[in-house]
Amino acid sequence: MAEEKKLFKVKIDNITVEVEPGTTILNAARKIGGEVVPPAMCYYSKLQGSGGKCRTCLVKVTKGSEADPRPMPKLVASCRTTVMDGMEVANITSPEVQDARKGIVEFLLLNHPLDCPVCDQAGECDLQDLSYEHGVSATRYEFKRRTFDKIDIGDHIKLHMTRCILCYRCVFTADQLTNKREHGVLNRGEASEIGTYIQQSLDNDFIGNVIDVCPVGALTDRTARFKNRVWFLKPVDAHRNCDKCCGKTVLWMRGDEVFRVTARKDKYGEVEEFICDTCRFDKKSAADWVIEGPRAISRHSVISQGHYVGVHKPHETIAKVMDGRSPKLLMDIHSISEVNQPAVDLSKIDGPAHSNDFPKNNSVQ
Amino acid sequence: MGRKLLLDKAHIEGIRYYDVYRKNGGYAAAEKALKSMSPDLVTEEVKKSGLRGRGGAGFPTGLKWSFLAKPEGVPRYLVCNADESEPGTFKDRYLMEFLPHLLIEGLLISSFALGANRTYIYIRGEYAWIPDILEEAIREAHKNGWLGKNIQGTGFDLEIYVQRGAGAYICGEETALIESLEGKRGNPRIKPPFPAVKGLWQCPTVVNNVETLAAVVPIINIGGDEYVKIGIGKSTGTKLISACGNINKPGVYEIDMTISVEEFIYSDEYCGGIPNGKRLKACIPGGSSVPILPANLLLKTAKGEPRMMTYESLNDGGFATGSMMGSGGFIVFDEDQCVVRHTLSLARFYHHESCGQCSPCREGTGWMERVLKNIENGKGKMSDIDLLWDIQRKIEGNTICPLGDAAAWPVAAAIRHFRDEFEWHVRNPEEALKRNFGLAHYADPLPVVAAAAV
Amino acid sequence: MAVQFSEEKLNKVKEIIARYPEGKQKSALIPVLHLAQESFGGWLSAETMDYVASLLQLTSIEVYEVATFYSMYNLKPVGKYLFEVCQTGPCMLRGSDDIIAYIREKLNIGVGETTTDGLFTLKTVECLGACGYAPMMQLGKHFREHLTKAKVDEIIAECRREANN
Repeated sequence: MAEEKKLFKVKIDNITVEVEPGTTILNAARKIGGEVVPPAMCYYSKLQGSGGKCRTCLVKVTKGSEADPRPMPKLVASCRTTVMDGMEVANITSPEVQDARKGIVEFLLLNHPLDCPVCDQAGECDLQDLSYEHGVSATRYEFKRRTFDKIDIGDHIKLHMTRCILCYRCVFTADQLTNKREHGVLNRGEASEIGTYIQQSLDNDFIGNVIDVCPVGALTDRTARFKNRVWFLKPVDAHRNCDKCCGKTVLWMRGDEVFRVTARKDKYGEVEEFICDTCRFDKKSAADWVIEGPRAISRHSVISQGHYVGVHKPHETIAKVMDGRSPKLLMDIHSISEVNQPAVDLSKIDGPAHSNDFPKNNSVQ
Repeated sequence: MGRKLLLDKAHIEGIRYYDVYRKNGGYAAAEKALKSMSPDLVTEEVKKSGLRGRGGAGFPTGLKWSFLAKPEGVPRYLVCNADESEPGTFKDRYLMEFLPHLLIEGLLISSFALGANRTYIYIRGEYAWIPDILEEAIREAHKNGWLGKNIQGTGFDLEIYVQRGAGAYICGEETALIESLEGKRGNPRIKPPFPAVKGLWQCPTVVNNVETLAAVVPIINIGGDEYVKIGIGKSTGTKLISACGNINKPGVYEIDMTISVEEFIYSDEYCGGIPNGKRLKACIPGGSSVPILPANLLLKTAKGEPRMMTYESLNDGGFATGSMMGSGGFIVFDEDQCVVRHTLSLARFYHHESCGQCSPCREGTGWMERVLKNIENGKGKMSDIDLLWDIQRKIEGNTICPLGDAAAWPVAAAIRHFRDEFEWHVRNPEEALKRNFGLAHYADPLPVVAAAAV
Repeated sequence: MAVQFSEEKLNKVKEIIARYPEGKQKSALIPVLHLAQESFGGWLSAETMDYVASLLQLTSIEVYEVATFYSMYNLKPVGKYLFEVCQTGPCMLRGSDDIIAYIREKLNIGVGETTTDGLFTLKTVECLGACGYAPMMQLGKHFREHLTKAKVDEIIAECRREANN
């Protein structure tokens, strides 16, 4: 008979929970669930050593433990602080924590381009959720935002460093899932960036997982980029026999077309099991997969707003109503409009764009 | 003349070399410790002395040593923090350059107390010529049987190595230093675990400042009981102060902690007053990260008592009206200096030195610098001053390591005590580009509030 | 020219690695990068860093991460004489801004630039720990302290003389 382990009693926002020694405050809160769970942008339970960096999960320890009841002098990162027996923690019940978190969100958004309308991560972005729940509607930052050029790191992954919040998750992923890490954190301080230093393509069977662990749209899947918005897609659980990974995935479909393949994520946005690049990038036909059924998505998520039923491909109605003629009315917007020219990078313009920011196109009739 | 324990022999010609050092009583403490004391007894003596970490935080050294985990069969390490990078501080450089054997002896005694057989001196990369001096001293110590195997027949083994950094203020933080010593980026670790349990290569490690380790030598020589008698209260022994800025005699001074700030600035034994008959405007008494104080609060506490050069007195009044001893980097401002401009220079420093690991410091330090630059360049708004206050408030206490606090405090203190100077910059942008705000009322005596009748 | 340490320098690398316990040769990275920068033209090219990586059995990215973190490693070529002038508070109180302006004028270059003859590069740096001897700069291994305009002239002349010999 196994000896019964003594459990630690912890009180988080006045809710008591019993957890095993060695559990972090964050995981104890996750055991309670609901709104007492601090948000986490850099911690990832499947990646050893992650956490502690973004500071969004700061909480107040109002009582250290039964043995030493003194409160902790500073707010602590709940993802890296382990519980003690009798510890009392304040998260949503502490105005100090709420205020600090507001500050952290402002810091994280300081240099973020807020280009959600053109970002593939929109709708499943942790930073979007965080700012919606804890941020304020305007920034007080009046300076030029930091920008980087977008680069392709390999055939399948786009790195858009301007959006990155430096959570280091992708670095841990490459360290722990692949045999040779080729990207890392370069430079220092505000100039820190994820990169390869010299142009290099990341090439490894599991490197695609960096896309799934990225909390923002800094690492996106080039095979799915700009193809569709996540809330127009229908996620279904599927599996296949794979000799490299578990083969258990989510297919993001519209009709019977597979737009994107990802790992299955839990309610905290963490993947349940990592998947290989073959499953992720190369199996884009429904025939490659055994479809299990619709993926349960939180009803608060914008993704659950797409009420698609069945797997019928939408009809091409234009051709039908035009008796098979190809439409002539559709035109290239750029041939008649001076704004939104693809050659002008909006993120490089200081402040809101004005007509002066676009070269005059006199050839338009 | 105050008592000197560290620099008492600094003037002796050739003290840098073993023979002269030994002839003048060098290695007597090491002999005493290794031959007649047990490691625990040495630690006990250091505890008794009340020695506090001389790197800036002022944590009791003996207590820090007693936290060191001692699991069987796992090596323990002592690391000497010589990454002296706090603006205003250059005392460790002086010790290493002129009294290398004092440090080696201190390291030997401390390693013996801690049971470390391999000890590293992590020195900032810019002090590029000092490793040669230290390595020469290490060679001499080896030759004379004070390092290597079976030191002086006591059975104790020790090797000391010098490791150069490569330009990063953050590596003065002990866990960043350990990371750097492991050949990584100087990102501070998230604590716990503390280095005393998992430090260098995941082994128990003690990191101490150069001056702290050098002070172990006189403590063993004269005994902890004698050491504790020097100074006032919990500020025991002597402290090296590196004085700079607008003073007649910048340099490194050893003080026993019994003199007043006024005496330190104006007496000929120390700083020798302010050049060209100018008046004192302000001072940062403990290295750039501690709060700046206007002259009136520097010389006298808010209670009207003279402020002393001790840990407690410099901290009297907390951050509202006091400052800190810090690393002993004493920066003096005369009446011609602009506090806004100086604060901008410190903000630029912390922005440059932030490691970028955690978000408040990475994003906040650059933001503060930019806002300050606007104010300094005549583009500031009144609301910018409150904005600065709010930014520093949201950095302080919310970062992984103390660099966040170190970046926030100078800005907070400058606004706290010199808000009228900031406002003047905003109101008179053109004038502010041409001249300084001047002395204002900062040197006027503070009205002392009469004690309420009980 | 392939990047390759001399026999003597390779022995130095071995000596550095021996300072650490078995298997901890990554600790040698920072000292070996210093050695590489001195040996291969005063800066670290990607090729140099890859060479260091192979010597210490590290991946290249581990070396890039470290080299880009520390401010003393030059990732671009610099002039033969690198003037690193401190501009932090305590030096500023003693007139470092004037010294920087004077060097710019004298060498006709901006901060971060190199003279056309490739002799001088001017950099501003943050506190070097010589606050009591301000204003100051680092030139090679040593500090030049108590700078005045006359002293700057002297240093420039001294460098020119040395370069011509």
